[in-house]
Amino acid sequence: MALIEIENLDVTFTAKGQRVQAVRGVSLAVEPREAYGLVGESGSGKSTILRALCGLAPVTAGAIRLAGEPVNPGRDRGRAFARRVQMVFQDPYASLHPRHTVDRTLSEPLAVHGIGGRERRVLAALADVGLEPSFRFRYPHQLSGGQRQRVAVARALMLEPEILLLDEPTSALDASVQAEVLNLLSRLRAERGLTFLMVSHDLAVIDHMCDRLTVMQDGRTVEVLAREDLAAGRFRQPYTRSLFAASSSVPTVGA
Amino acid sequence: MSLLQVQDLSVTFQTPAGPVEAVRGVSFTLDRERLGIVGESGSGKTMTGRSVLRLVRPPGRIEATRLAFDGVDLLAASERQMRALRGQRIAMVMQDPKFSLNPVMQVGRQLTEGLRLRDRMSEREAHAKAEAALDAVQIRDVARVMEAYPHELSGGMGQRVMIAMMLIPEPDLLIADEPTSALDVTVQAEVLAILDALVRERGMGLIFISHDLALVSRFCDRVLVMYRGRVVEELAARDLGAARHPYTQGLLGCLPRIGGPRGPLPGLDRDAAWAEA
Repeated sequence: MALIEIENLDVTFTAKGQRVQAVRGVSLAVEPREAYGLVGESGSGKSTILRALCGLAPVTAGAIRLAGEPVNPGRDRGRAFARRVQMVFQDPYASLHPRHTVDRTLSEPLAVHGIGGRERRVLAALADVGLEPSFRFRYPHQLSGGQRQRVAVARALMLEPEILLLDEPTSALDASVQAEVLNLLSRLRAERGLTFLMVSHDLAVIDHMCDRLTVMQDGRTVEVLAREDLAAGRFRQPYTRSLFAASSSVPTVGA
Repeated sequence: MSLLQVQDLSVTFQTPAGPVEAVRGVSFTLDRERLGIVGESGSGKTMTGRSVLRLVRPPGRIEATRLAFDGVDLLAASERQMRALRGQRIAMVMQDPKFSLNPVMQVGRQLTEGLRLRDRMSEREAHAKAEAALDAVQIRDVARVMEAYPHELSGGMGQRVMIAMMLIPEPDLLIADEPTSALDVTVQAEVLAILDALVRERGMGLIFISHDLALVSRFCDRVLVMYRGRVVEELAARDLGAARHPYTQGLLGCLPRIGGPRGPLPGLDRDAAWAEA
């Protein structure tokens, strides 16, 4: 059975009396331990799907199920949901509290959920994401972009969730730092059997990380592809072809 | 003589912990071509671009054995001479339209401000020229955009408005600092086509600053690769695959590729020697 099921999802925002349909009838199913990608341009609705899963966007139609159980279509997901599903955001400059130390950022989910052994768990989490214990009492402004994103990943893993929602987790990072964070995510996924639902505008990043993907445009599904289809250039839609053309010309050293 | 000559450029910031050299001994010349400057954050690529316009704030200090644009010594020029060059003959497009457009001024006012005040053009004439500029950057609903405030535009539209604004005075040199990084790939392609047409048709010189090696290799004629304030390699863009410097090779190597291997991406093992001359 699929771990995450989204069926005919509609998300509609109302701004200044105007209705904006950000997601229109999107369906997808993510198997346990699968890494699933959502690609498309800004405004295509890919991030909105992640937000809708977390109860951060107004779902106006359709259903979301976790392991067969429907999640509350309203906004409040509750604590049990937080222990299963966590999110990592695009911009680690904006997603970490600027006046909380790394220690406080990582301890907070434990405190909220009444989990003991805080010191041990915080140190283990830092080690997991490749940060020295000396980072524990630093503030976000004392960290580089890559270090901040490691802290954001560590925070998402504090409650030992089974699903990570990744919203452009490396698009704010330099190429070499992106490689480190992608490697970190792949390692953690293998070690912990995590399921990823990952959003990116970069087809190469999705190809590297994901088994299957949905290409989106204007809130709709353009097509669903397996990784092999992407590598072989087997797609049916011209839109996918144009995305592919724009992101597939990295020169190879020594070629 | 080259349009722009830069020889042994350095930018130094005095800090309480001692001087920090953001740019160290950079030399290049530019003609009517597309020159890419690539590097990671902190490599000095933006400071190199800003030095040409002398837009480095104190305590930053610019030094060079030669910094000349069209025969004018930029380091000896008075502030008044610099103002005459900036915008008119050397223009700069910044990365983020959100921070570079005036948020409380309609786009039309912003586009015509220079024409009205500097060139003493009539309101009507300036308006027509601004509309033509928006048209040139492929904006379809020109009338709406002229009336809009920056927050009412998408990122791609905002970026095009900035490019239109820089192009109204028809500069000889455009310094574009990550002009397409905030844009989607298809919009990016349109903006690049606009810049490309300007180089080809008007013979403008272009300095294209970016962290995106793949993009620069597709779009530019020549590439400077910067690391910790120094140019470590200069090569023709089409030869990027034959890069010799381990830093350039490393930067290319750590990018994921469609259909590439699934294992860990190679990291970039930085060699302390790369930072030395």
